[in-house]
Amino acid sequence: MVPLWMYLVVAAAMFSLGVYGVLARRNAVAILMSVELMLNAVNINLIAFWRYVTPTNMSGQAFAAFVFVIAAAEAAVGLAIVISIYRSRRSVVVEDVNLLRG
Amino acid sequence: MLELNPQTIAFLVFSILALGGAVGVVTNRNLIHGALYLIVSLFGGAGLFVLLSAPFLAAVQVLVYIGAIAILIIFAVMLTRSMAANVREVYNRQWWLSAIVGVALFAALVVGVLLPVWGDAGTNSSQPVSDLVATTVDLGVALVDGNQYVLPFEVASLLLTAAMIGAIVIARDNE
Repeated sequence: MVPLWMYLVVAAAMFSLGVYGVLARRNAVAILMSVELMLNAVNINLIAFWRYVTPTNMSGQAFAAFVFVIAAAEAAVGLAIVISIYRSRRSVVVEDVNLLRG
Repeated sequence: MLELNPQTIAFLVFSILALGGAVGVVTNRNLIHGALYLIVSLFGGAGLFVLLSAPFLAAVQVLVYIGAIAILIIFAVMLTRSMAANVREVYNRQWWLSAIVGVALFAALVVGVLLPVWGDAGTNSSQPVSDLVATTVDLGVALVDGNQYVLPFEVASLLLTAAMIGAIVIARDNE
């Protein structure tokens, strides 16, 4: 099989790209897409470690399933917030949302 | 180092899909194209799940991520599209700092993965500890077994209900 570290390097690259997207993009929807990338990278890591280290124990797959649930909830609430902000401010650029800035 | 068998080729193809899609997501100016790249990336991830013998999670990835979340994101892009959004800058002023943070994080992760700092065998093993793999049946039993994951499972269902109600309340038109 392919060595474990290759899966981990792919997941690390995906997670770093997601971090860059979250920090650098201005559009709130793009930031949410980058968060989805990061969650998916975490899932690849979980499944890779499960397969190579504890393939008969279900903890890795169960954790990945819960990550799916969290990702779905996060996407639903996040996009609802984006639509709500767009309705009140006519913009989805995160720098325009400065209501709570001191 | 790597012998070219069908499994390695499939791994390379799916990795390129996953990472190329990820690059497209963070760099693309057009958000609709970005969402389509996200679908490509998630499909690559589903392929990696199949290679890691987790077929149920691969199916969930296609159904939930590609079928629901990506479509939801495309809906949100279309609902919030403004004329000004395309001509303005894609990145904020700290994009170079963000790039440094991303590269530094990747370097740290790769060092942690490649150096044997987490034990003698480390992550260099190319063979799993056993060829006996738990199946989807085991996953289903584990999720409803009283000694394993039934409580997190119920909490997850509660979380989904709360998120659904919250999304409806937040996105409702108040006027």
